[in-house]
Amino acid sequence: MSTLTADPAAPARPLVETVRRFRSRHASWIPVFAALVIFLVMLIGAQANFGNFLTPRVLSALLLDNAYLLILAVGMTFVILTGGIDLSVGAVMAFTGMLGASLLSQGFPTVVVVPVMVVLGAGMGLAVGVMVQFFDVQPFIASLAAMFAARGLAFMVSLSSIKVEDPAILWLQSTRLQGAPGSFYLTPTGIIALLVVLVGILVLQYTRFGRTVYAIGGNEQSARLMGLPVVRTKLLVYVISGVCAGLAGVVFTAYTGAAYPLTGVGTELDTIAAVVIGGTLLSGGSGFVLGSMIGVFVYGTIKTVISFLGAEQSWTRIIIGVILLVFVVMQRLIVARTGTNRR
Amino acid sequence: MMVTMDPREHEGDRAPVVEISGATVRFGAETVLDRVDFRLFPGEVHSLMGENGAGKSTLIKALTGVLRPDAGEVRVGGEPVSFATPAAAIAAGISTVYQEIDLLPNLTVAENICLGREPRRFGAVDWRAMAARAEAVLDDLGLRIDPHSILSTHSLAVQQLVAIARAISIDVRVLVLDEPTSSLDLDEVAELFRVMRELTERGVAILFVSHFLDQVYEICDRITVLRGGRLIGEYVPTELLRVGLVEKMLGRSSDEMAVRARTEPAADVAAPVLAASELTVGSGIVDADLRLGEGEVVGLAGLLGSGRSELARALTGVDRADAGTIRVAGAPVELTTPRRAIALGVVYSSESRRTEGIIEGLSVQDNITLALQAERGVFHRLGTTRRRELAQSWIEALDIRPADPDRPAGTLSGGNQQKVLLARLLALSPRVLVLDEPTRGIDVGAKVEIQRLVGELADNGLSVVFISAELEEVLRVSNRIAVLRGGRIVDTIAADDLTVDSLLALVAQPEETS
Amino acid sequence: MKPILKHRLFWPVAALLALIVINTIARPSFISISVQNGQLYGPMIDILRNSAPLMLVALGMTLVIATRGIDLSVGAIMAVSGAVALTFISGSSDPNGLPTVIIAVLLGVGVALVLGVWNGFLVAVVGIQPIIATLVLMLAGRGVALLITGGFITTINSEPYKFMAQGYVFGLPFAFYVSVIAIVIVALLERRTALGVLTEAVGINPEASRLAGVRSRGIIWGAYAASGLLAGLAGILYSSNIMAADANAAGLYIELDAILAVVLGGTSLMGGKFSLAGTVVGVFTIQTLKSTITFLGVPPAVSPLFLAIVVVIVVLVQSPRTRGHLGRLLRPLSRTESKAVAS
Repeated sequence: MSTLTADPAAPARPLVETVRRFRSRHASWIPVFAALVIFLVMLIGAQANFGNFLTPRVLSALLLDNAYLLILAVGMTFVILTGGIDLSVGAVMAFTGMLGASLLSQGFPTVVVVPVMVVLGAGMGLAVGVMVQFFDVQPFIASLAAMFAARGLAFMVSLSSIKVEDPAILWLQSTRLQGAPGSFYLTPTGIIALLVVLVGILVLQYTRFGRTVYAIGGNEQSARLMGLPVVRTKLLVYVISGVCAGLAGVVFTAYTGAAYPLTGVGTELDTIAAVVIGGTLLSGGSGFVLGSMIGVFVYGTIKTVISFLGAEQSWTRIIIGVILLVFVVMQRLIVARTGTNRR
Repeated sequence: MMVTMDPREHEGDRAPVVEISGATVRFGAETVLDRVDFRLFPGEVHSLMGENGAGKSTLIKALTGVLRPDAGEVRVGGEPVSFATPAAAIAAGISTVYQEIDLLPNLTVAENICLGREPRRFGAVDWRAMAARAEAVLDDLGLRIDPHSILSTHSLAVQQLVAIARAISIDVRVLVLDEPTSSLDLDEVAELFRVMRELTERGVAILFVSHFLDQVYEICDRITVLRGGRLIGEYVPTELLRVGLVEKMLGRSSDEMAVRARTEPAADVAAPVLAASELTVGSGIVDADLRLGEGEVVGLAGLLGSGRSELARALTGVDRADAGTIRVAGAPVELTTPRRAIALGVVYSSESRRTEGIIEGLSVQDNITLALQAERGVFHRLGTTRRRELAQSWIEALDIRPADPDRPAGTLSGGNQQKVLLARLLALSPRVLVLDEPTRGIDVGAKVEIQRLVGELADNGLSVVFISAELEEVLRVSNRIAVLRGGRIVDTIAADDLTVDSLLALVAQPEETS
Repeated sequence: MKPILKHRLFWPVAALLALIVINTIARPSFISISVQNGQLYGPMIDILRNSAPLMLVALGMTLVIATRGIDLSVGAIMAVSGAVALTFISGSSDPNGLPTVIIAVLLGVGVALVLGVWNGFLVAVVGIQPIIATLVLMLAGRGVALLITGGFITTINSEPYKFMAQGYVFGLPFAFYVSVIAIVIVALLERRTALGVLTEAVGINPEASRLAGVRSRGIIWGAYAASGLLAGLAGILYSSNIMAADANAAGLYIELDAILAVVLGGTSLMGGKFSLAGTVVGVFTIQTLKSTITFLGVPPAVSPLFLAIVVVIVVLVQSPRTRGHLGRLLRPLSRTESKAVAS
């Protein structure tokens, strides 16, 4: 039997062994756990400060007001896991929203418009993916260009906002599924968001495609040598991000009842922040959709606290920026330390 | 320390699992492989030897499906094959474990073993079956590695074993190991060899590519030597002495390899140019004492992990020492950055030539003048003519080829890149030159040149610290040798008092249990 | 003839000339210059003046990209410097006095320099990826600018301040001189000193440069500081042009314009060798392009779409893979090529 891998020096003390084994198996969950702790601490702190924070109304709003961000974050997680980045999601969300609202106002049925919006998002994602994969363009340049294109296209649809009167769309937001009056409630938009999260989790954990995503983030060269479908997968993650942007466009349009060409300016940064705060490493290969969901909730909590305080909304961005920075620095320090562990 | 494998009967007894005949590969006008024959028998460990440019890697690429030969035939299991892609070779039972472990560090051991062919249930990945399968493969090889653990939490040696486990988890007939022992210590090499023997007993043929002659002689049944793209011959290790093998690889008599004997007595170390005492960097090098006299060459001998590079980097300010003092010409100094060290005349040539030495996108001229320019600072620019002069004179002095100062340094061969790096350091007129593996991966001709150069520099008063994994080389070049083990300098001996065998014994001696 | 073709400035200059020719054919008034009160007017003069902020930002961006980095915060820094300067002037007792204006400018540029130093610290010392480090400021910077202006668009009345963007000296716009002086200073710094060569070394291989004794950290830090400083100056010019501090609009999307200018000029996004002259040509090309778009009657809000298209074309043309793909389309791949690719 090999003695190479058994700890030669110390007799296996059970507790040390267990901790070591836990760490060697679940190291990538630790940042997610940290995010959860932060989220809970924030909730408790807010409750202590305001007294009426942990109410069903506020908590339900936490999910539903940020449903669009949740959907975007799932898509962004896929992209960041492969080591890429997608700066176009906010603008694509705006563009699909504008086009959808315009089509609806021209009388096209919802059942046609919604798929068109999603396909449009997929198309823009595909364009980014093709540039990255087949032309070796850096992801941030490719997606930055897509962001500009989408923003310009949104304005081409209309320079001003378009109101949405379509009953089906409005139903998505206005319907409330509530257990008892005054308790937690859910709207169809919230359900869509949660479904997207669920699908994201299942795909990443249980499909070969999902595992290839992680593989690419771990070492793209190795993944290729192993015969994994790297090209197809890298393309698909950007398509997924685009699909999520399209879906987010639907949800957000339903939420505001209108489409506005300047929607989502800066949303890509919010999305990236949520994903990073949720424990996904920017270098790729490590992270979970559940973590991104927690990251979205952290973002939402900050926004809610700011409005409770009556302060200006621009503080939200600043605080998110600071937290993002702290997380990134910590990721860097941890990586620098574990980098020297291996010989 | 050579374990003789019993010579096995080959001819007529068993059929080769791989047979290549007349393989020819041309890149444009250059013939890289010229009508080479090669045979690999089941259950044997076969080593492919040759210099850089001999055609080894091309032959392997032809075998593993990375490229197709322009002429000649490849037969696997008696059937002619033509691999269009690496995947086709894998499907035919030829697996490769590369030097840079091509696994995914962020995934678990089980996933790494099964990736690409994960067991599935109803279309979804079956984690439990995957862990079971991985466990079975690991057990089979006698390895105790937790399949659920993340790969990056293990040492390189373990990762390599997982790579082998992956390679054999499918039906494998041929296992190609490309420089598997470059980063392993003695225990880990022994473990690897144990696994290799286990595999050969099952009839797997192993193609072992390594430049460590000791290991080749220890583990291999047969050796194929290539030179200049041609087959020189197939040999059995017991019938070919080391000297003879090197001769066949080089194509010249071994007398040429002898460098001038170092007959001068060791320099006066009462007034050392560089002296370190109790130098410690983490656990990599602990309590090291070293003295270097003027015009002296001190070799650092030891296995990987013994602390040679750590010591070198601490001596030259590349890494910060945690404890200990360094004196230059008697005065204590703080070597916290390479800049400080360079200012004191202590310069370092890294073992990772490509990533820490040569700047590939810059021209040879820019590379040579870089350190000198950095020393002068931003505001004292070296004039254009001066830079040209410097570059030309160093190209000439060190015989750098091609002799074109404007050529991007990345296009030069390993040996010439090392010379450019040396030129850069020598242009600083240093007192102490610390060379970390300067001849690694370089063909023997250039190796000898560099060894000779070190001798000349020392004769001219430059002090040199020379690190190499090849003990023969260290012996040939040094006045004194510091033997390192486990992060400590265990002894410092005059080279004249050592032979390769006695040095090997010192280096290999296992740790005394305290 | 051949050496000219191979010169790396050939294509950028050719593109610019082609653009000018097309414009002139479409509207002959493009190259007309009129003289009034000893001052020159005309569309080309407008380009010289309006390109000043982009020129400054693009110069800084060139240095940052050469060190293998990127600065996405330049727009936000512009907003902050404008906000600081204008807030100072509007709060001072003598808004028309030259001393007040000088102090305001110094303050604005000074704050911008500090922000640049901060970016440099994150990248050079802490070791954070440049995209993320500057993304943080991009997120938070506009929020900070908004806070400084109290959420409003501060306007002022100050002749000396107005002069910077709208005044003339010796018949040419003052802003143009600012551009020229900046170009000259940066060029002298990079080429007359060893800064250029050392920056290129650091951009290609930071670790090897460190071992060779190059002050990698200092050079990288300096590049971001310079980028911040130049962006601050650009912010002053921008606010001088509209005589207002608009935190949301100042420098919006200028990051992409700057990156595009640098790329058009032949500097690679991978860092290393760079060309200031190329960037200058790139800036004029973009400004001419914008002028063309406006002339065509495209609403400014839609113009990002065209810029995105240009970015994509340029990046694709520069990508070595494009030639590979074109080759495959135009003729079957020969065996020697496939072997070369395989090895």
